[in-house]
Amino acid sequence: MTAVQNRAELPARERLSRWANKHRKWLFAGPSMAFVALLLVVPLAWTLILSLTDSRRSVRRDFDFIGFENYLEALTDTERFWPSVGRTFAFTGGALFFELVLGMIIALLLWKPFRGQGVVRTIVLLPLVATPVAVGMMWRLLFEPNIGFVNEMLSWFGIPAQPWLADPSTSLATLTFVDIWQWTPMVALILLAGLTSLSDEPQEAARIDGANAWQRFWYVTVPLMRPVIIAAVLLRGIDALKTFDILYATKGKGGGAFNDVETLNVYAYGLSFDYNEYGLASAVLILFFLMILAVIWVLQMQRKAKS
Amino acid sequence: MKYGSSAVRALAAASTAVVVASLAACSVDSGIDDNASVEGTTIRVTLANHVWTETIKDLIPEFEEQTGAKVEITQLAEDQLSDQYNVKLNAGADEIDVLMYRPLQENKLFADNGYLADLTEQVEADAEWDWSDFQEGPASLTTYDGEVVGVPIITERTVLYYRKDLLEAAGLEVPTTLEELEAAAKAIHEANPDVAGYVGRTGKSAAVTQFSAFLYSHGGDWFDGTESAIGSDEAREAYKYYGRLIREYTNATVNPEMSWPEAFAVFQQGQAAFIADADSLYKNMTDPSQSTVADNVGFAPFPEGPAGSKPYNVAAWALAINEESANKTAAWEFIKWATSKETALQMAKLGVSGARTSVWDDPTANADYPEELLEAIKINGQNGVGYDRPLVIEVPKAREIVGEPIVVAIAGGDVDSAIDAADAAFTEFLAQDAE
Repeated sequence: MTAVQNRAELPARERLSRWANKHRKWLFAGPSMAFVALLLVVPLAWTLILSLTDSRRSVRRDFDFIGFENYLEALTDTERFWPSVGRTFAFTGGALFFELVLGMIIALLLWKPFRGQGVVRTIVLLPLVATPVAVGMMWRLLFEPNIGFVNEMLSWFGIPAQPWLADPSTSLATLTFVDIWQWTPMVALILLAGLTSLSDEPQEAARIDGANAWQRFWYVTVPLMRPVIIAAVLLRGIDALKTFDILYATKGKGGGAFNDVETLNVYAYGLSFDYNEYGLASAVLILFFLMILAVIWVLQMQRKAKS
Repeated sequence: MKYGSSAVRALAAASTAVVVASLAACSVDSGIDDNASVEGTTIRVTLANHVWTETIKDLIPEFEEQTGAKVEITQLAEDQLSDQYNVKLNAGADEIDVLMYRPLQENKLFADNGYLADLTEQVEADAEWDWSDFQEGPASLTTYDGEVVGVPIITERTVLYYRKDLLEAAGLEVPTTLEELEAAAKAIHEANPDVAGYVGRTGKSAAVTQFSAFLYSHGGDWFDGTESAIGSDEAREAYKYYGRLIREYTNATVNPEMSWPEAFAVFQQGQAAFIADADSLYKNMTDPSQSTVADNVGFAPFPEGPAGSKPYNVAAWALAINEESANKTAAWEFIKWATSKETALQMAKLGVSGARTSVWDDPTANADYPEELLEAIKINGQNGVGYDRPLVIEVPKAREIVGEPIVVAIAGGDVDSAIDAADAAFTEFLAQDAE
């Protein structure tokens, strides 16, 4: 009798725990979902709203909704916006290509155990741990056209001094090199992790079939590594698209005197912090965001198509 | 439906409501009570890296003892300082009470945005502190729409720094005209191929303020009413002259992004004969720990151009109170002390040139200055123009527009078409800026 009564009127604690148990997938995911909403959706929504307004000088001033005028202004701007888009992708593409090739070479070299492996791995990874701003400052000094070490070194071989960062035609390539210097280790690290997890059998089978080293690499290792390579491209690509620190530390506001290293990020920063044009800056950022999404989408489709 | 979904509109409406409410809340009264005690309060002061800041830091314990208030300092470099204000003042944060800012760069923007508290009543009330003692030019720069919103603390003028030894070796007199300056730069460079005849700021935005003296002395100006004036013949001459001076008389690759620290470094290392820049920075040249040519630096008034010698004479920095500050009474107390005659006198003795007439007239104040510099400051002060950049609301953008031809001139490009483009862009900008 008492048992029946208890079941009908369960104590509150019990009921709560049952309810929690039933909805645990929401409960456990709840905090992180709220976190994401707060830190991602709110700023993004705010940027989206601002991008549709003529907000400038101060976000506390009155502003009017002007529809897609800012987007139109950005998309028809061939002086700053489109060149920035071009530079963003040139920088990312160049950096990514060399980082992948060099990263793969380094990973292959470090793959098989050898003496002093630990020391070599540490040295290779050193650029990765340096702060980008410090890296920017360091390379700015090294590339200084008059007193920099790089030109000094070239002169030992009788090569004339180069302007490097000081010339608009070479500055973006120079900074791409700096990015490659800093981030190749990370790509190598990811690829090395991928290599180590590969099983030996396919390699052995290929060897028995008479494949040479290049064939084994190209027809066995690379296809097996495909998901890892795409992960590396995804990680590094998004990061490279968003690069700001080394560009700003070496060339300053507006990406240099001729906007020669002005990528979308640097441009949006200038619009917002120098020009106080919050509406236009937000529109540029939203466009940038859409471009990154598109890149991710293409890469994801690639991954899915193959798997 | 062109504004998107109703949710977006609701959010926008909510944010507008917040903006309106906060604007309504802060326009009631100044919030400064001259008679209230500030004992026990904390004044949060944001300052730029400057000799003035270093000096005031040593004096602040006195203020704390006198008033019983505590002063908390945040110190930042110029660019970081601007970014901080852009974020914090923009957000309406109350965590800054007193701010050190650049009147020429930010006074119009900040005042127009309602970031700065109105100090008119306060500055006029205290006869002993004496607002009328502040030089007219600098004081006008911290006024907006008839309201005093800041108190100038540092003034500066363009001065010509030169290398005494190189000039002497070449048998030349100190140049008094721009023509002589160019001839001297050429002669010295020819005699010493490793030395640049002239070094100066080259960065698009950074160069504008120092170029201004060349522009005015050639008879040019930035704009006239709502029309750009940088397309005038005088301005064209000035752009070409400045570009030539930096480009022609050197063997080194000219760094196109120099602001004063980079340009000064060239001079400090003995690799240039002349540089015209702000006189408030002179210690960088005469301090042996920074400058290898400390003993050989000379100072001269800005040379005469076709329109005479017209350097700028401006208030470089000022103090203001954040409109959102909850501690305005103490903030004003701090400003009053930091800009008092006594503090200004102490500052002057340590080489910081202020805006108070009484201090400039005090012979004990400037004993520490090199005599030649003091003389140059006096002459420059008389000839000075009260602004070193276009006085508009959106100064950073204006600087980039009018600075573009400077960069092209230094690089040896087609200056005239760069000026034509900049001229048109600037007129367009001026119309927009006035909106």
